[in-house]
Amino acid sequence: MMQRYSFLSLAGHALRGHRAWPQAWRSPQPKPAYDVVIVGGGGHGLATAYYLAKNHGVRNVAVFEKGWIGGGNTGRNTTVVRSNYLFPESARFYDHSLKLYEGLSRELNFNIMLSQRGMVTLAHSRHDIDAQRRWANAMRINGIDSDLLTREDVRRLVPRLDYAPDARLPVLGGFTQPRAGTARHDAVAWGYARAADALGVDIIQNCEVTGFDIGADGVRAVKTSLGLIGVGRVGLAVAGHSSVLARTLGFRLPVQSYALQAMVSEPIKPLLDTVVLSPSAGIYVSQSDKGELVIGGGLDLYASYAQRGNLPTAEQVIAGLITLFPSFSRLRMLRQWAGVVDVVHDSTPILGRSPVPGVFLNCGWGTGGFKAIPAGGWCFAHLLAKNESHPLATGFGLDRFTSGALIDEAAASGIAH
Amino acid sequence: MLSLTCPHCGPRDETEFSCGGESHIERPGVEASDETWADYLFVRDNPRGVTFERWHHRFGCGAWFNVARDTVSHEIKTVYPMGAPRPTTP
Ligand SMILES: Cc1cc2nc3c(=O)[nH]c(=O)nc-3n(C[C@H](O)[C@H](O)[C@H](O)COP(=O)(O)OP(=O)(O)OC[C@H]3O[C@@H](n4cnc5c(N)ncnc54)[C@H](O)[C@@H]3O)c2cc1C
Ligand SMILES: [Zn+2]
Repeated sequence: MMQRYSFLSLAGHALRGHRAWPQAWRSPQPKPAYDVVIVGGGGHGLATAYYLAKNHGVRNVAVFEKGWIGGGNTGRNTTVVRSNYLFPESARFYDHSLKLYEGLSRELNFNIMLSQRGMVTLAHSRHDIDAQRRWANAMRINGIDSDLLTREDVRRLVPRLDYAPDARLPVLGGFTQPRAGTARHDAVAWGYARAADALGVDIIQNCEVTGFDIGADGVRAVKTSLGLIGVGRVGLAVAGHSSVLARTLGFRLPVQSYALQAMVSEPIKPLLDTVVLSPSAGIYVSQSDKGELVIGGGLDLYASYAQRGNLPTAEQVIAGLITLFPSFSRLRMLRQWAGVVDVVHDSTPILGRSPVPGVFLNCGWGTGGFKAIPAGGWCFAHLLAKNESHPLATGFGLDRFTSGALIDEAAASGIAH
Repeated sequence: MLSLTCPHCGPRDETEFSCGGESHIERPGVEASDETWADYLFVRDNPRGVTFERWHHRFGCGAWFNVARDTVSHEIKTVYPMGAPRPTTP
């Protein structure tokens, strides 16, 4: 039985010196076979397992994670959630995700610390203003909140930007999605894991999937570091490692893996209460609850499976930050890291069948799949349970690369990657 | 920071170069099927390990050349000319 978290349980455990808290999820030995095996215990894998059990009653499910859950991109991202996309297909999908996020702390009985502090996208040129008017209006047509901002509006929201007459990147205006914001990344992974576990899902950490046993009718078993596990269907949710597993299955993907890095500064007093994105500076920044500035930028410029990030890109990101906020120049950086992200040509995810019967794909999130975790899990669970696309994800299959029906969201990722 | 050796200019910092992505991809003929065309445009090996890619000495002599590089350690195994066959690397 899952221990419910509440004020009462907190008080009760406090009286017992916090020694009797139960484990949030079990660490079971794998069973010989499962109806569904999810490879990858990031946000997408864990959310998928939860919705399989919750929405579809499919409970004989295991998630295999080669490290610890949330240790991939889910625990490395800059935690921005938003649904400010351009095209109707993406707008519908990402707004469903944001709506699920809005109810997620209650749904999972786990505080994901969603903070809808808004995201301000800056316009530094006449062209930026025109492009952002189109963008913000497209959002409204799609039923998503957006407001255009004048220079004075931006100045009220983000007083620390460089408003000097000779600023390198003059602030001419911008737009905001008020419902955008941040959420605690680990909590999203842990919350889904705990709730999925309570519904019977086995979460197997420190267990790598190394290959598959394929029969004439499709996938039969997964090879893991703990032995061969029989399986009905397999869902791959391994982000930057999708091509590696695809290779063991005998196909290739329209995916390229790159390092994407981020960094945080030393903690300082509250001075930034929204997320700020500047496509021209190539960076975005927010302030965490601990007071650190959380800074992200563009991809490293060549293929990589190394979770390090290289110096020229880090330097460029910092330069962009200082250009926007000269007063940040004295701050020290506390940590820097990278995740290996799964980039596709049109910046739209791949959610669909693979060429191997019984194996399904959840990848292509690139630099922006944290915000998509609830909807990605929701739609992937639907696909795995019913072997058909969820209506919110019908355009996201691999076949779009052959038909040419790409959903080119490159612009809406905000940063030119 | 990578140090790449341009065949013409010698070793230079990575910031002088830009990476042109996977090498040895041949453009199919005009009669190609949609599948072949999609393969050509979008599908990549994307290996974890040694990859073969094109680099451009963009802020230098302007030459294009091939590089075999490890995508985990980023170690550069060999540099070889455009048009040369894929080398066998350890
Ligand atoms: C620096 C950075 C900043 C980002 N900022 C944002 C942001 O602000 N907003 C946003 O929406 N998105 C952001 N993203 C993108 C986002 O983090 C990812 O798209 C998202 O977390 C992907 O989730 P996932 O579950 O698919 O992948 P992951 O969390 O990477 O999970 C995949 C898991 O699969 C495991 N795995 C791989 N191979 C195997 C195997 N063979 N067997 C078993 N397990 C395996 C890995 O260990 C990993 O835990 C950012 C990413 C990075 C790196
Ligand atoms: Zn040169």
